[in-house]
Amino acid sequence: MPETLSQLLDDSVLAMPIAAGLIMGALTINVLMLVWAERKVSAWIQRRMGPTEVGPFGLLQTLADMLKLISKQLITPSNVDKPLFHLAPLLAFAPVIAAVALMPFSKSLILVQNDFGLLFVFAFGGIAVIAIFMAGWGSNNKYALLGAIRSVAQSISYEIPLILSALSVVLVVNAMGFTLASGGSIVVANGLDLSHIVMAQDQHGLWFVLVQPIAAIIYFISALAETNRAPFDIPEAESELVAGFHTEYSGMRFSMFFFAEYTNMLIVSMLAVVLFFGGWDGPVLPGPLWFFLKSYMVIFVMMWVRWTFPRLRFDQLMTFCWKVMIPLSILNLLATAFVVAVL
Amino acid sequence: MTNAVPPEATPGGGDGEVYSLNMGPQHPSMHGVLRLLLDLKGEEVVKAKPVVGYSHRAHEKMAENRNTLQFLPNTSRIDYLSGMIYNLGYCQAIEKILGIEVSERAVYIRVIANELNRISSHLLWFGTFLLDLGGITPFLYSFDDREEILDILDQVTGSRLTYCYGRFGGVTMDVDEDFLARTTAFLARIRERLGMYDDLVAKNVILRERCINVGVISTEMAKSYGVTGPSLRASGVVYDVRRAEPYGGYEKFDFDVPVLHEGDTMARFHIRISEIEESCKIIEQAIKGIPEGAILPKKMPKRFKIPEGEYYFAVESARGHFGMYIVGDGTDVPAKLKLRTPSFSNLSAMPEALAGTMLADTIAIVGSIDVVMPEIDR
Repeated sequence: MPETLSQLLDDSVLAMPIAAGLIMGALTINVLMLVWAERKVSAWIQRRMGPTEVGPFGLLQTLADMLKLISKQLITPSNVDKPLFHLAPLLAFAPVIAAVALMPFSKSLILVQNDFGLLFVFAFGGIAVIAIFMAGWGSNNKYALLGAIRSVAQSISYEIPLILSALSVVLVVNAMGFTLASGGSIVVANGLDLSHIVMAQDQHGLWFVLVQPIAAIIYFISALAETNRAPFDIPEAESELVAGFHTEYSGMRFSMFFFAEYTNMLIVSMLAVVLFFGGWDGPVLPGPLWFFLKSYMVIFVMMWVRWTFPRLRFDQLMTFCWKVMIPLSILNLLATAFVVAVL
Repeated sequence: MTNAVPPEATPGGGDGEVYSLNMGPQHPSMHGVLRLLLDLKGEEVVKAKPVVGYSHRAHEKMAENRNTLQFLPNTSRIDYLSGMIYNLGYCQAIEKILGIEVSERAVYIRVIANELNRISSHLLWFGTFLLDLGGITPFLYSFDDREEILDILDQVTGSRLTYCYGRFGGVTMDVDEDFLARTTAFLARIRERLGMYDDLVAKNVILRERCINVGVISTEMAKSYGVTGPSLRASGVVYDVRRAEPYGGYEKFDFDVPVLHEGDTMARFHIRISEIEESCKIIEQAIKGIPEGAILPKKMPKRFKIPEGEYYFAVESARGHFGMYIVGDGTDVPAKLKLRTPSFSNLSAMPEALAGTMLADTIAIVGSIDVVMPEIDR
């Protein structure tokens, strides 16, 4: 079945619209579920019930919330920079969809197969920063501007350890010269190809979290900062900056930022699964299901962290990044390079 | 990491432009309606100016327009978080002026009610302070504990927040065995919870980074601004009205006045947590020693006429030294009632503590000083 889907997408002129529709639909459902899960997880941690009223276990609560947001008036405050203000939610929203298309859900279920998938995912992640800065700059609000400044500094700083930790995995894949059985022929694994990273783990029965435990931890912490999740949620620290960069956004525009944030969570979790937890690799259940289960486990940990820790201060966050995370990830990369060279 | 951030380390740079940020009166963590005019350089606070008066209700003027008994319900609305302490404090002030005897049983009941109120106020502070620092979960746990106090007090006073439990000469309703049993059970519960809070919150590395050496109020500074309550005791001054000028039977109880010398946000945190423990100790002794007897005197005057003269009476509220300066003219309506509320003096020390900190510290410091805005505006 996945083979035919993949072929349909390859051959048909409808490939683009079908792929876009599939991703949009899946992501919308995913975000609705994630918001519901976040509320349930926080409720469990806080000894509450969470949503219970709408639908079974309150599952449709977020659907109702989304309908409410869609039906709300779109307020444009006075003196905003209109092009930036209107464009920012779209720009936050678009790259996350593109990044999901690159994810290898199983060996064959990949919407866009690309030899340099990893680079593209990070590149799309970089665009989100611009959107946040546009929102903050265009909003004509000091809280929004402060949130945007914090966000830019934070995202740019944490991208470095994020990429360096991913790079150590790439180094392992490339240097070890994993050979992959792919479609009858044998190819040498390409460390920038997301599906090759998974296949290297799958076919050699070794998840890279065991090879690169430090990189995995650095990746996870950086991913929290990269997606503006607590305890690194200072760009939207509601006790300081009201709502940070999206203070002035309402209705559907606000929900687009919301959508982008939760989908970003999914992307970094998926990437974590690809890089460290063997992707679709798993017994009995079909590959895509394993892939999603693992991703949701990572997201669960992210939620758990959010509802447990207080927030760091901005300068502490930067100090932690530049004085701990980056040196550590560089050391890890150098050590990996050394070990790989000796072997 | 200290709050003495070198200017070049701030995002705005060393000689960046100073801009102003109007924080409040409508802001998620300005504890009601505090408004701060901040001069910022990047994220560093250059100058902070608090603006008050957004919830002025003219309680002092009202006191001049109604008789002493009619003013009683107002008292618990001045500081709605230590309403019981204010309400009973006002009763004690009038009793002292008129020389009304209070029965032993009523004294003990008042002490229990006062200390329960103090614990509930500190628990609310605990939750909201951590909420200010971005930790959402402790808020729900501390409110869960606080809810039990509100239920216990509701059972005996009939209200949950704005109590009017005191009468001149005693209290309105007697407590029963069930009340004492529930209070004892609550003490066991809160002591267990405090252990958990200590493990999960006070030892959390992020919280410690955010609090230690942040917003230091030195001993001299605290004294010169008239800071009182937990904020003063965190700055190394042993001053508690319950000890300094015992009132309402507090001299009978054995309790410590916790003191720390750091004067920072973490010290204020620890002081309040130890005060909850001390309050538990007092309640325990009061429950053990509560005598039988009447709760109100048999014969009471219809009108409580304040003799000509000036009177001052102070109690220790959850936030510090709450004083009532009453000028009597021989009628039952005071000529003047001036309320000395602790939050006002505590807030006045804040701008000095805020200068040179980061924007995020502002929230932590405002939270740690524990101001109640209606009390400031009165």
